[in-house]
Amino acid sequence: MSTPEERLVLAEHPVPETPHHEHDEAGIARRERFRALVRSKAFLAGAFIFCVFVICAIFGELIAPYDPLGSAADIANKLEAPSASHLFGTDQLGRDVFSRVIVGARDIMAVALAATLLGTILGAALGLITGYFRGIVDDVVMRLVDAFLAIPLVILGTVSLVALGPSKGTLIIVIGIVFTPIIARTVRAAVLSERELEYVQAARLRNEHAPYIMFAEILPNVAAPIVVEFTVRLGYAIFAVATLTFLGFGVQPPSPDWGLQIKENYIILNGGYWWPTLFPALAIGLLVISINLMTDGINRVFSR
Amino acid sequence: MIIFVAAQLLPGDVGRAILGPFAAQQAVDDLNQELGTDRSVFVQYGDWIGGVLQGDLGDSYAFRRPVGDLLWPALENSAKLALLAFVIVVPIGILGGVAAALKEGRLRDRVISIGGLSATAIPEFVWAVLVIMVFGLWLDLLPVTAQAPRDAGFFTQIKYLLLPSLCLVFVLFGYIARMARAGTIESLNADYTRTAYLKGLQRRTVISRHVLRNSLLPTIAVVATQVGYLFGGLVAIELVFNYNGIGQLIYRAAQQQDYPLLLSATLVVGIVYLLATLLADVLYSALNPRIRLAGSES
Repeated sequence: MSTPEERLVLAEHPVPETPHHEHDEAGIARRERFRALVRSKAFLAGAFIFCVFVICAIFGELIAPYDPLGSAADIANKLEAPSASHLFGTDQLGRDVFSRVIVGARDIMAVALAATLLGTILGAALGLITGYFRGIVDDVVMRLVDAFLAIPLVILGTVSLVALGPSKGTLIIVIGIVFTPIIARTVRAAVLSERELEYVQAARLRNEHAPYIMFAEILPNVAAPIVVEFTVRLGYAIFAVATLTFLGFGVQPPSPDWGLQIKENYIILNGGYWWPTLFPALAIGLLVISINLMTDGINRVFSR
Repeated sequence: MIIFVAAQLLPGDVGRAILGPFAAQQAVDDLNQELGTDRSVFVQYGDWIGGVLQGDLGDSYAFRRPVGDLLWPALENSAKLALLAFVIVVPIGILGGVAAALKEGRLRDRVISIGGLSATAIPEFVWAVLVIMVFGLWLDLLPVTAQAPRDAGFFTQIKYLLLPSLCLVFVLFGYIARMARAGTIESLNADYTRTAYLKGLQRRTVISRHVLRNSLLPTIAVVATQVGYLFGGLVAIELVFNYNGIGQLIYRAAQQQDYPLLLSATLVVGIVYLLATLLADVLYSALNPRIRLAGSES
């Protein structure tokens, strides 16, 4: 039995009871995973594209050749086809599509990332609690998961965003909350098999508190499925943000968000003005594919 | 589930949403009173749910018609679109998955797996505008609206529905291929496959008689569960292609805060999903002798 002081010290280290050589093994395994990731060409390609988009999202205005929001004077050169001065052409208000595609990376990525983080944190906590305690909480949450899965995310998002009013904040909360039970289910499954292992029993015999066992003992050991789930959900979050924004229930104008650009310009496709729609569409596709390449790499490495 | 959906609905000003931002406040108030939308959410919801239990879905606020009149034709249209998509995607998806599984870990597998997954993750509306550009605009092959002219023949209707269903095909392909791939890999590694090889059977025979038989039946059953996700995609696709299906109906209802219509449409989507899942379960046990026999013994 540890004295209170000792327990305090223990609590500061995530995996306190592992002897030193085992800790090293975990470290080696982690380094090997990282090396395997770096060796994977698909992962590297995905990570590279993703980083380019991240740079666009952060430094957008500095890279963009024109003001993405345009000015009143721009209307004179509206709907110009792609050329040397406007690489991707101009839209109905004469704004440079290239600049808008660059700066448009920001909202979709920020909202998707925030929503996924929210969902992952809530979902992991919920999964740990339901998996560890089982019983009635477990039953209730699993029924909730079923209910969530019965209605497609886009329709659920549409209904709740109409009710709550569309804004980036509500978008993050709605997507995050929809993700929560789905992530919780994955984490719960991992916790169910962990909780029977000896180190958990040992911790129980040491009289550790349930929260300590859940978050300091089990959590580090279910980190791998959580990481995988996070990357998978990030892809879905991009999907959801783009679709809801396209429908008009997400990011609002005058943001140069990609989904919004397509919404504003797809109607004039029939007139032969393809460039204000094509380039944001390709940007969404490329971003999603880059995330998928990374997810695939991470999945392979962790599932070994 | 229904209560859960309803709990999220905190109506804004319905009269305002229908009449637009420039209507006089008096007119808005009158309309709200007429529709009953000046009452509290709970009263409205209670009203609606009471009607639903008696088989009455209520009247649409915006269209001023019974919800059922709007819902059923829309559902029929969407079903046509979804059916065409499934008819195309199920064979292709299974073929892709099996092709990938037979070369597990090699280039063909990686291309099909990652390609399928990426196609799945690209939003439907992005596919929609891309196929419109390629097939409608540049190649000028197919019509870019989905609504066929009135009393058009069977093949004309299919021609009009081809582009929108193609978007669904792209999105569903990855999922179906992944299921087929996982099932095929599992039965490739099974003992009975090894036995079949050891009996001296040829690779072709083993794959067609032993592997596929075991891997594809569950895949077909699982496909049914995709119906629910399909509806989410229909909202964007029907909007882009201007098709009068349930997706477009949900979109309009949401825009105009037409709660009876929105709630009923969502309810129908949920019910279709449940029915599809049930069908999948039944199909799965019907196709799988082990589960069927285990069920009859107990």
